[in-house]
Amino acid sequence: MKRSEVAPGDSVHPGDPVIVDRYTTAARINHWITATSLVLLALSGLALFHPSLFFLTGLFGGGSTTRMIHPWIGVVLFFGFLGLFLRFWKLNLWERTDNVWLGRLRDVLTGHDENLPEVGKYNAGQKLVFWSMSLLIIVMITSGVVIWEQYFSEYFTIEQKRIAILIHAISAIVAICVWIVHVYAAIWVRGTISAMTRGRVTGGWAWRHHRRWLKELVTGRP
Amino acid sequence: MFPPVPNPTTQATPPKFGEQDLMRRSASTVTPPAKRQTGVAKLIDVSKCIGCKACQVACLEWNDLREEVGVNVGVYENPHDLTPNTWTLMRYTEYDNPESGNLEWLIRKDGCMHCEDPGCLKACPAPGAIVQYSNGIVDFVKANCIGCGYCVKGCPFNIPRISKVDQKAYKCTLCSDRVAVGQGPACQKACPTQAIVFGTKDDMKKWADKRVADLKSRGYKNAGLYDPPGVGGTHVMYVLQHADKPQLYAGLANNPTISPIVELWKGLTKYAGLAAIGAFAAFGLLHHIVSGPNRVSDEDERSAKRLAQGQSQ
Repeated sequence: MKRSEVAPGDSVHPGDPVIVDRYTTAARINHWITATSLVLLALSGLALFHPSLFFLTGLFGGGSTTRMIHPWIGVVLFFGFLGLFLRFWKLNLWERTDNVWLGRLRDVLTGHDENLPEVGKYNAGQKLVFWSMSLLIIVMITSGVVIWEQYFSEYFTIEQKRIAILIHAISAIVAICVWIVHVYAAIWVRGTISAMTRGRVTGGWAWRHHRRWLKELVTGRP
Repeated sequence: MFPPVPNPTTQATPPKFGEQDLMRRSASTVTPPAKRQTGVAKLIDVSKCIGCKACQVACLEWNDLREEVGVNVGVYENPHDLTPNTWTLMRYTEYDNPESGNLEWLIRKDGCMHCEDPGCLKACPAPGAIVQYSNGIVDFVKANCIGCGYCVKGCPFNIPRISKVDQKAYKCTLCSDRVAVGQGPACQKACPTQAIVFGTKDDMKKWADKRVADLKSRGYKNAGLYDPPGVGGTHVMYVLQHADKPQLYAGLANNPTISPIVELWKGLTKYAGLAAIGAFAAFGLLHHIVSGPNRVSDEDERSAKRLAQGQSQ
């Protein structure tokens, strides 16, 4: 038996055009808290990462406040993402068709969606973003605690802190790259942004990009 | 006896070095001054140290620092470690020399070594929070310090300490304020046995040669100068009775270098990281220019409508 691709709150409203509810209000608020923290973390983190970007500390009230506030935003992000994780993890579990989708990356990038297998609520790219962010955030919160000088400096050796800060920097870079993929995909695939602003997409969007999800919503059968 | 630094005049004198003499400035690019000042150095002769801690007191006194009253756990170190207020600390080691059968009391004055290649400065993300003057002094500039603790990770000698009071980093300044007006550091001034001498780095090396020769004549065949090349040499040097085993002296690093992890973090990662971010952003931009937006067609909408209606009928 195939698994259900429908999450609580997803529903379809016939009409012209067809409207499909994709994200609940709670999920969207959860997303935007996480998104805001991630952007603030990237800005404050980059400010301390490269001297040419130190001027970004001005956004946070100077170097010392940037140093002070960055880890706290990290805590917000961690719990924000934890919320998203608990909401979305099930439908992000990897399936065999995801390998097929990924194998046709050329068709993905050239917009030939007709050559791709029918996708459930999330495609393989979205799943990769989801799982890499999950992993990276665990790595960053853990290494971040090790280098949180103000409260945790006495619990770790200098060598551990050196390793932690290198891991923290590298995983943050990777996370920013993943974030760029996430944001770009949302912009490139027109009609996506409304899923996170209004919670709705058009039926045509669902048909084109997540047909299996739409079909289940309409028929009620996975 | 090494000729001591003469007492100062009572006249105000302009500082001998300042902003214009910066060799390095953290998180900034500076043009090193055309004319480099003569390198200075503090030479700590461990073989002459009697462990009186006058240097520790002088350091607190001159720098107007107070240390909390601690707890006696039965060792001579007081306080137990360097702190944001204790910039120099006598460390005591009892060494049972297997060759001579003697019990040796090795007393090392710990503190900032003022590396020629300072790891703290390399790691520091705040512009101008750590500076290196052309005479070799590495100084922390409190106003620019943000308290991140990166200097702690950069230092090969475990020297900087972050204050729990103001979240700023502190360490020995080599009394840059005193040196600027022709004085030696406070610890040197207070030392009653000339275990600490101060002068130009060349003079200190020459003086160290004499001290090493003297120690060798007394049977310390491995006596030598500690001026570790791994950090480009230091502006605080030790004369050690057992220069082949610096580790004996309360864990003094045998061959200190800036940690390769710190080098990787502040080197390749810094540049490759920004390049990767730039590459991802550029790919997105390029992709959008080349293949254009992925739009939902009218046909898609019609198909969805058919699907939705087909089911509701």
